[in-house]
Amino acid sequence: MTTDALRATLRPLKKSRPFDLAGLSFTALSGFAAFLIVAMVAVILGDVVIHGAGTVTWEFLSAAPKEGMTKGGIFPAIYGTVLLVVLMTVALVPFGVGAAVYLHEYARPDAWFTRAVRFAVANLAGVPSIVYGLFGLGFFIHFIGGSVDRALGLDVVFGQPALMWAALTLALLNLPVVIVTTEEALRTVPREMREASLGLGATRWQMVRHVLLPQAMPGILTGAILSVSRGAGEVAPILFTGAAYYLPFLPHSPTDQFMELGYHVFVLATQSPDIDATKPLLYGTVLVLLLITFLLNITAILLRARLRAQLAGRS
Amino acid sequence: MTVQTPERPAVTQEPPRATPPPPTVRAQQPETAEGASPTHLSARGLDLFYGAHQALKKVSIEIPSHSVTAIIGPSGCGKSTLLRSFNRMNDLIPNVRIMGELRVSDIDILAATTDVVELRRRVGMVFQRPNPFPKSIFENVAFGLRMLGLKDRNELEIRVEDSLRRAALWDEVKDRLDRSAMALSGGQQQRLCIARSLAVEPEVLLMDEPASALDPTATARIEELVLDLKARYTIVVVTHNMQQAARISDRTAFMLQGELIEFDDTRRMFTSPHQKLTEDYITGRFG
Repeated sequence: MTTDALRATLRPLKKSRPFDLAGLSFTALSGFAAFLIVAMVAVILGDVVIHGAGTVTWEFLSAAPKEGMTKGGIFPAIYGTVLLVVLMTVALVPFGVGAAVYLHEYARPDAWFTRAVRFAVANLAGVPSIVYGLFGLGFFIHFIGGSVDRALGLDVVFGQPALMWAALTLALLNLPVVIVTTEEALRTVPREMREASLGLGATRWQMVRHVLLPQAMPGILTGAILSVSRGAGEVAPILFTGAAYYLPFLPHSPTDQFMELGYHVFVLATQSPDIDATKPLLYGTVLVLLLITFLLNITAILLRARLRAQLAGRS
Repeated sequence: MTVQTPERPAVTQEPPRATPPPPTVRAQQPETAEGASPTHLSARGLDLFYGAHQALKKVSIEIPSHSVTAIIGPSGCGKSTLLRSFNRMNDLIPNVRIMGELRVSDIDILAATTDVVELRRRVGMVFQRPNPFPKSIFENVAFGLRMLGLKDRNELEIRVEDSLRRAALWDEVKDRLDRSAMALSGGQQQRLCIARSLAVEPEVLLMDEPASALDPTATARIEELVLDLKARYTIVVVTHNMQQAARISDRTAFMLQGELIEFDDTRRMFTSPHQKLTEDYITGRFG
């Protein structure tokens, strides 16, 4: 179409670009946002380590609080936290993985029941954690615990805040995470693996048990990691369901109350009779809480890396 | 020859509809030397729909036992779909409807009462991409046996060795049975998958383009193996490599757009096909 005459009317094309303000500002802003994240983590960790490191001695780790929380250590809280997280995981992982396997392998994707379950899972994930705490109190303690007590003719054994109820409440809180990550992990198992196992005459359950779950294990562990770090830090769900302000003894049964690090931090920060005396203890407790979460994460991440290497045939 | 094709074969000038309807396949059952071998696998009037799309149209075929049957045709012609119908692998795909009759020996494949798990043990399958489990070589071959409940270590070892020998892989892996199967080469992985299928003593082996992901040397080994195996198994191979079909099969079926166009003795099929469409495809005029 372009004739020579038309082309002759054009001015020469300017080959230099205008100053790219938008591009440069965007680069700067996104870089700053990334830096801010690192800076925040560094400030928090730095502050906690600088103020808390001096407090964390063997005595601090192994002794119980003394003199109205102004002296002594935090051993009961460490013990309670570990116990709580372990119990939560034991309740959570089989249940969550089972639900995910059902949803992904057995349920018809368009059945109303499947949709209802997915809807519930999505909504569970959005419920504030304090609501879980209240639910735990109402459902686990009053309804289930209370009913068990009445049925067995006991005084009050199950119908009161306890380690097991707190662990179950936390498990419920983390259920959506485990279901979603497990489903995601099942989805990433190649279709070839399903066909291979079924083609060899495996039943559906054998395929799930011997092919899908082993291959989904790294993904399942990811869900467990997320839940454990969250479980170790959440205070709201255990507030009414089992955490104690102070206990003179260690919990020795699932029906006992327990002390927990996150709650202990809250107690030290808000309920202390002598803020200045508690402050170092507070920093120390936060540091220990962070270290425990970190340690649990690292263990799970290493385990996951090893599983992945095994699946890829590198070990 | 290029066999990678667009979805629709470029049958120019005259659309396939304009050609005379394909004669019923029964009419041209070849009277070959092995004409005596009984039918092992058969389809009669098989229709298959993926949702609204009809992938197989009134397919009827009788596959004789202890022979190699190749199914050829351009991409999307329904050859894999037909193959996967014989062990009901299509069950895994949602919204599949299938009508007609399918038999292996005396079993009605599509019957609701058929034990699909046992059917799949009897009708083994090897896939296009080697798909070993991320387990050891030994455990890959032992998988099907373990699923049958076999626990005796000694018997497992004997059967695993036997299967690996039949798949011509034993000598290459006998010193590293406990290593991961993922570390094997593609060709070795594919022979491992064949060994794995043989371990559960199937009668039929369905192979879905078993060499298309392999290099020429590995392909040649798979082809040799197929020729060895037909003495004991009925083998159906889907391929879009026509030379491969010519090299390894006793009979060839040509499919186009969901229909079985022609099914005949391989030599006759490649030298003097009855159908114009078959001739056009074989001579590379489309596909």
